Amino acid sequence: MEIYKLTSHELSVKLNEKAFTHTDVVAAIESRIKSIDPKVKAYVRFNGFAGQNELPAGIPVSIKDNICTKGVLTECCSKILQGFNPPYNATVIDKLSGAGFMALPVKTNMDEFAFGSSTENSCFGRTNNPWDTDCVPGGSSGGSAAAVAADEAIMALGSDTGGSIRQPASFCGVVGMKPTYGRVSRYGLIAFASSLDQIGPITKDTRDSAILLNAISGYDPLDSTSVNAEVPDYTKSLTGDIKGIKVGIPKEYFVSGIDPEIKNIIEEAVNKLRAIGAANKEVSLPHTEYAVPVYYIIATAEASSNLARFDGVQYGWRSNGPEGLIDLYKRTREEGFGEEAKRRIILGTFALSHGYYDAYYLRALKVRTLIKNDFDNVFKEFDCIVTPTSPTAAFKAGEKTTDPLKMYLSDIFTISANLAGIPAISIPCGFTKAGLPVGLQILAKPFDEGLLLRIAHAYEQNTPWHKMRPEI
Amino acid sequence: MDITKNTVKHVSHLARIDLCDKELDKLAVQLKSILDFIDKLKELDVKDVNAASHILPLNNVFREDTLSESLPLEETLKNAPQKNDKFFGVPKVIE
Repeated sequence: MEIYKLTSHELSVKLNEKAFTHTDVVAAIESRIKSIDPKVKAYVRFNGFAGQNELPAGIPVSIKDNICTKGVLTECCSKILQGFNPPYNATVIDKLSGAGFMALPVKTNMDEFAFGSSTENSCFGRTNNPWDTDCVPGGSSGGSAAAVAADEAIMALGSDTGGSIRQPASFCGVVGMKPTYGRVSRYGLIAFASSLDQIGPITKDTRDSAILLNAISGYDPLDSTSVNAEVPDYTKSLTGDIKGIKVGIPKEYFVSGIDPEIKNIIEEAVNKLRAIGAANKEVSLPHTEYAVPVYYIIATAEASSNLARFDGVQYGWRSNGPEGLIDLYKRTREEGFGEEAKRRIILGTFALSHGYYDAYYLRALKVRTLIKNDFDNVFKEFDCIVTPTSPTAAFKAGEKTTDPLKMYLSDIFTISANLAGIPAISIPCGFTKAGLPVGLQILAKPFDEGLLLRIAHAYEQNTPWHKMRPEI
Repeated sequence: MDITKNTVKHVSHLARIDLCDKELDKLAVQLKSILDFIDKLKELDVKDVNAASHILPLNNVFREDTLSESLPLEETLKNAPQKNDKFFGVPKVIE
């Protein structure tokens, strides 16, 4: 038995039986990373786990490079945060150690500041999809998803602003959940778009998703947008029973540019859900086509404001020999930000600038209300909504890098959940003829993560997809 | 939406990024195509729609005005590219 292949719930059993120790688990992951990661490149700055005997005992969790871990470099895969060594832990990191987990002292690759859908915008270079190394792993949490898929991680944390957990989970054949906005504290998550960002689990199966969500959820006084509501034990939702669950299938998700092969696989998955007790019916989310344009105004506007702090004064990269303070800011930011980061900062600044605020930013906020209302209406009658996670399977590296708009459209099915603040999960639901995984997305009402996990788990119990692993 | 190189130059000043000429040219073209796509939002009548500045029904969140622990000064300054004594170091602002 290879330890690195196990899930956290399988590991817990073995650790209780004293079949091996926590140190063995970390050593197994370390050697797996050493042998496989040169092909996958899921981790950044990996240099072994020196002093691993001093690491705290706990099931190891791999952490995205935008979540602060005290004493472990956290650079958002950006030159502008070069050398940033956080003086504090993100709340999720402290919560992990309080729940029997341990954040690995190494970070996973991502698009710079989470700006991207392919993990190609990293200052460390791209991550490869373990199912086909010519393909991207999705993004922006591509490193976390690829690490879990390639058994280089037991489980991982990612962040999701417009699909950055779910789309890479879909492309890599693993389970990825974006919790309800406010379910998980964002304290110590380096902000991209504060009204959309959420941290969430990327795991090998739905039980681990429930276990990791249990560990990281809950109110945090350090994040005033975290919600003071009771956190249920999500593992209790994994009953296997979904009889009578009402599933809405939005017609708008099956028209715009969806790959026919994906469409068929999703339809089969819906049939499977029906076979095990769910009832499905077509529904309408009429403002779906406006989600991407709304998102690229709101997300970039918030990003332009959040990223103002990277100016060469408090941390990270600083330009040499500037002529005065303003020049220091301008040169530092010119040298430190990558191409996509600059594009988004400029777009966001434009949308907030004098003369354009009403036409772009304010209008986008209003359409966001319409998108949220669409979901509220469907959830009056339905328990959940089922869609493809992405219109295609993993695409080839370089295929969309020259046309930003084309890249933005790959988030077309995931963005609405962030705009509406609702929870959503992506689970493996099949493979294309080319052997690439396909993800099924399930969305539910705010704070209904338990229901998402219940449906996802029931589906998983009746399908083989989550057990498939790439040959690498 | 008409985006010229000068528009991008103005915005890049607001954003404090010293974009080079080549970047200004490229961004003018790319922003135009992105904004043309975003202009789709103008199809909708949003006159009577409230703006969703926040998705949760949260109003102001206050905490008790009490002293609590802060990071030690040396920790706060340890990532600074330049520091002078207890302060972040920056180029001279006032002559």
